[in-house]
Amino acid sequence: MIALLLRDLRLAFRAGGGFGLGLAFFLIVVVLVPFGVGPETELLSRIAPGILWVASLLAALLSLDRIFALDFEDGSLSLLATSPLPMEGAAMMKALAHWITTGLPLTLAAPALGFLLSLAPEAYAYLLVSLLLGTPALSMIGTFGAALTVGIRRGGLLLSLLVLPLYVPTLIFGAEAVRRGADGLDPTGALMLMAGITAGCFALLPFATAAVLRINLR
Amino acid sequence: MLYVRNLSCARGGVPVLTDVSFEVAAGQAIILRGPNGVGKTTLLRTLAGLQPPITGEVDFPEEQGAYASHADGIKTALTVTENLKFWADVHGAALPDTILETFDLADLRDRLGGTLSAGQKRRLGLARLGVIGRKVLFLDEPTVSLDRFSVKLFADWLQNTHLAAGGVAVIATHIDLGLAAPELDLTPFKAAADADGGSDEAFL
Repeated sequence: MIALLLRDLRLAFRAGGGFGLGLAFFLIVVVLVPFGVGPETELLSRIAPGILWVASLLAALLSLDRIFALDFEDGSLSLLATSPLPMEGAAMMKALAHWITTGLPLTLAAPALGFLLSLAPEAYAYLLVSLLLGTPALSMIGTFGAALTVGIRRGGLLLSLLVLPLYVPTLIFGAEAVRRGADGLDPTGALMLMAGITAGCFALLPFATAAVLRINLR
Repeated sequence: MLYVRNLSCARGGVPVLTDVSFEVAAGQAIILRGPNGVGKTTLLRTLAGLQPPITGEVDFPEEQGAYASHADGIKTALTVTENLKFWADVHGAALPDTILETFDLADLRDRLGGTLSAGQKRRLGLARLGVIGRKVLFLDEPTVSLDRFSVKLFADWLQNTHLAAGGVAVIATHIDLGLAAPELDLTPFKAAADADGGSDEAFL
């Protein structure tokens, strides 16, 4: 399983792997918001938690269709399915690789962008923690969506339509945790619920992903 | 080592082959023949477990099957050695020292998969079979885009390394590999146009 993770990471970092695209997208979306909304720091700081969360969600979405599509096209997915590696484990590793190449850089870059949106100083820690807890769920749900649409031509748009509604709970609790942090309230409840969603995703979705992949490979 | 009994299989919900039965002893190969579209690929995918049969059963030692198709599963951004190493790691096997020489890939070991020619890619795809150490091979047109020299290389490996070590191979091919293997013509097993049982219960 580690071999698959290392291979996916290596592929992502090599030329054409798409590493950094999500991060660059995140950066641009967040930078565009003040242009659209205007330079009122009070307004910006109020909407900053929501903007940062929505932008990271869209950035994570950007690279989802690559998770299985490339392996499906070159035949590696069939070969993986007949290998001793359980498909559930493969699904988990794919999600993990996606998180390391997308979710983790987003999380680390978010505080710097929070500064651009004049995010309240108290909220930075919660922004970091909420993204750290929430982005793995985005990758796992996205991996499931990618498995559903593997083999469909131009499946990327369908994938977004399938996956975005499933991102709603993570988005609500993530943005809420940051907002409560910014207002000086206790965000523990929202963070715990979000951690629960992430844990639940990693417990259940690898099995669903593997089942869907087996059907799609027929 | 490989037993196939009364196997019927479908492609895209349409039955293509019915009542296929054969067995292959250890160290033996079998060549599948038949015109395009008769169901060679479907049969091989069913044997490899990638799709369930409609009826019938396939029996071979567990965790010993390997499938190789037109798509070699080569990553264009990885080198030849990295590609092979990945499959060796996934199968928990070590990379045999001689595998690159066996498939005439030694000079290409540090080339990226994307820069290989079609025939070189095919050789790399076939070299994977020598790396993963599986006994029962399901090969779908293994010699496509290989030149005569490479076909010979592959046939020699199959005969002298794989089969000689007690392996089994089911090969769908249109050319003569020069193996002393029985041929199985699939045309008589072709499913009747109105045969039922092909519907895919997963979507019902």
